[in-house]
Amino acid sequence: MSMITEITLIAVVVAVACALPGVFLVLRGVTMVSDAITHTVLLGIVLAFFITQDLNSPLLMIGATLVGVATVWLIETIQRSALVSTDAAIGIVFPLFFSIAIILITLYAGDVHLDEDAVLMGDLAFAPFRRVDVFGLDMGPQSLWVMSVILVMNALFIFFFYKELKITTFDPAFAAALGFTPMIIHYALMTLVSLTAVGAYDSVGSILIVGFMVGPALSGYLLTHSLKKMISITVLIAVVNSVSGVQLAFFFDTTIAGMIAVVTGFTTLLVLVFSPRKGLYKQQLNQKRARKLLDKRIKTLT
Amino acid sequence: MKKESAIQIDKLTVAYEAQPVLLNISLAFKKGKMTAIVGPNGAGKSTMIKAMLGLVEPVTGEVVYQDVDQEAVSYKELKNRIAYVPQNTSVDWDFPTTVRDVVLMGRYGHLGWFKRPKNKDREIARQMLLKVGLPSFASRQISQLSGGQRQRVFLARALAQEADVYIMDEPLAGVDMKTEHIIMKLLKQLVAEGKTVLVVHHDLQTVEEYFDDIVFINQEVIAAGPVDETFDKQTVKKTYHRDRNLGEGE
Ligand SMILES: Nc1ncnc2c1ncn2[C@@H]1O[C@H](COP(=O)(O)OP(=O)(O)OP(=O)(O)O)[C@@H](O)[C@H]1O
Ligand SMILES: [Mg+2]
Repeated sequence: MSMITEITLIAVVVAVACALPGVFLVLRGVTMVSDAITHTVLLGIVLAFFITQDLNSPLLMIGATLVGVATVWLIETIQRSALVSTDAAIGIVFPLFFSIAIILITLYAGDVHLDEDAVLMGDLAFAPFRRVDVFGLDMGPQSLWVMSVILVMNALFIFFFYKELKITTFDPAFAAALGFTPMIIHYALMTLVSLTAVGAYDSVGSILIVGFMVGPALSGYLLTHSLKKMISITVLIAVVNSVSGVQLAFFFDTTIAGMIAVVTGFTTLLVLVFSPRKGLYKQQLNQKRARKLLDKRIKTLT
Repeated sequence: MKKESAIQIDKLTVAYEAQPVLLNISLAFKKGKMTAIVGPNGAGKSTMIKAMLGLVEPVTGEVVYQDVDQEAVSYKELKNRIAYVPQNTSVDWDFPTTVRDVVLMGRYGHLGWFKRPKNKDREIARQMLLKVGLPSFASRQISQLSGGQRQRVFLARALAQEADVYIMDEPLAGVDMKTEHIIMKLLKQLVAEGKTVLVVHHDLQTVEEYFDDIVFINQEVIAAGPVDETFDKQTVKKTYHRDRNLGEGE
């Protein structure tokens, strides 16, 4: 495989893996919670690194996922007990965890790969250089493997718990009354979001993961009234964004993850304005039409 | 332990924080009857229902249901046999889902985890939508419905549950005459099939026309029994003119 093919492949897998749970983050209105998670998992990575002293240890992933889930739990506990809004609770937890992580890195891990820049702006361009080899046989880039596994997990979760995700998102009280514990589904989703965030760290960096999660899902949301279609459209847009993002990044010789994020932002805005169902342009058009019709009616009345 | 009534509330006390909202409520709801739950705003009607459904934790007391074998069971064991339409359905109206889909959700409880709705479930959902008079709205996104139409969609969802007990918190609030008739006709049908129906109701004019039994509530049970014996001016006055903070005032 050529390098650009490998990078494109990784980009697509990362984009789709992020976009899938993103659908439910957008529908549940917890995109900012996921933004917090994608940053606070860093604390988990750092802590696990201090224990293992090995950047490739799977413990890093487990530690990070745990901290991600702890983030959700703490945000929700503060919100409930102190009666502050969710975004205020995020404003407390997110900077706390994140800055502890940054301080730990600057104090103790200054000379390893764990530097702030790499963490904030991971880079797809280097992803193909970390490879998996089994008995000397090159099995392809490590991040492709990791993210493929996460992608499959996310897809299976949505496939098997589709009904449960749908009902606990749409009407949690009713779901609870029927015996579908919304709490379980919620934390399962948030665990996967954390895991996805950790997996995507290397290639995308924490700033952009949220864009990968929210952008395509928001476009999907604006384009259809059916949840199944929303999921398909979201995946499709994630693929288109990442493929064209990689091409553009090579063309302009710039950051790949950054370029995909720009394309994602751009397509989302495009959909926001031109969506045939709920777009701003359509709304304007409808209003104009309605006004004309009304004018006519009023004229015939007078 | 066998119980005659479909639902039995025993010495139920509910409080939000330190403030008691319901005090020592004991009631029995008869099977195959339509019971009105009546009381002023803030009387604790919705709270009582929530306590019956395990949505709020009571301070003391218990609620016992009767299952098909007439054994006494708790709410948990009977979940799928109870349909509840809350006073304010707090769903996300912009959720990408259609009217048909929402009604189909009424079947989820029967399916349990993992399993998907089958054709039989879709057929039941279709019939219930027909019953509430909204078949032509099946493919609509739910935000594109009027308040009264929304009420009916959630009624259809409750009907799709094919439960034994139906608990409706003000199903007639803000609906027009025609919709009120549709809803009452459906509830009467349920009662005729032997199901137990509880309705929180505010319109005292229609109590005698619609209901078999009535429960007057204002923090405590003021009166309960068959409408023709219990429903009179004095009881109404007693229920509505009670100052909650001073006890029996007037
Ligand atoms: N979540 C809550 N926290 C604190 N107090 C509450 C809560 N919900 C209800 N209350 C209080 O409990 C009392 C009973 O409320 P409830 O909703 O049961 O009344 P209701 O009889 O259903 O009234 P309405 O006719 O207005 O629906 C009210 O005084 C209300 O202010
Ligand atoms: Mg109420």
